[in-house]
Amino acid sequence: MNDDTQVELGELLETPHARAIGMRLETTPDGKPLFRLPYDYHLIGDPDSGVLHGGVITAMLDQTAGLLARPPGLERDDYALATLDLRIDYMGPATPGEDLLATGECYKRTRNIAFVRAEAFQRSSSEPVASCVATFMLDTRNAPADTASSAKDSD
Amino acid sequence: MDFLTVLSESGRGQDMAAVLEHIPYARFLGVEIQQQGLEVITVLPFKEQLVGNERLPAIHGGVIGALLEITSVLQVLFETSCQRLPKTVDVNFDYLRSGKAMTTYGRAIVNRQGRRVANVRCELWQENREKPIALSQGNYLLKPL
Repeated sequence: MNDDTQVELGELLETPHARAIGMRLETTPDGKPLFRLPYDYHLIGDPDSGVLHGGVITAMLDQTAGLLARPPGLERDDYALATLDLRIDYMGPATPGEDLLATGECYKRTRNIAFVRAEAFQRSSSEPVASCVATFMLDTRNAPADTASSAKDSD
Repeated sequence: MDFLTVLSESGRGQDMAAVLEHIPYARFLGVEIQQQGLEVITVLPFKEQLVGNERLPAIHGGVIGALLEITSVLQVLFETSCQRLPKTVDVNFDYLRSGKAMTTYGRAIVNRQGRRVANVRCELWQENREKPIALSQGNYLLKPL
């Protein structure tokens, strides 16, 4: 992945909600996008333990999977896609105080649909906090009339 | 002592608005409660911070997912004497329509409650309850792992 692409991917991440929860985009040593979410008070779901809310992990995985679903070279904000279906398995609580990381892969892309796997973890990707599989409708053209009645336009 | 025990001992164990006040992420999103008899309806007024697509604009898929989970968990808490927050084991979200820049409502139904796990389905809607914008079905753990 070259530097230009990284800048564009970073800009794509600039959705108001991703900004509001504090998600950042980094790159793994082998060039894959890696999302980082620093721990913060307003992301807590259980005040007694300080564990992150499940919804935060959902938001992180939806954003991660949505970015990976984009066909290469179409990292533009006028190329829209819509989440059709997202399934998440929660393997264990995120350790309070530690950053949450997420990465994944788009393992199949057809003309209309992208199939994506993504995982959230903390210290090591071999100990996932949560994993997801998602499908996205590609190229929904960002037109309200086109998409409002059929699918959630996303991210 | 955990906050659910404190609420329950002060007679507010079934007050879902009071429960929400203790959950920082729910407060950050701005989730409110309309409790009508046995029905716990969650209400999420629109604000800029919830947006995932600025062009439409549309509410972020993660926010939709979070509201589905919050609504499901509150319904379990309301219907059971569960003394701790149920933990999501797995959940499937279907996105039917884009979440527009307006208030979103949520309602959950407990399909089956066992000793350790509850299976819950949930739906969100905006201007018309007959036209849901998103659905979820998931398993929620009632006891710690």
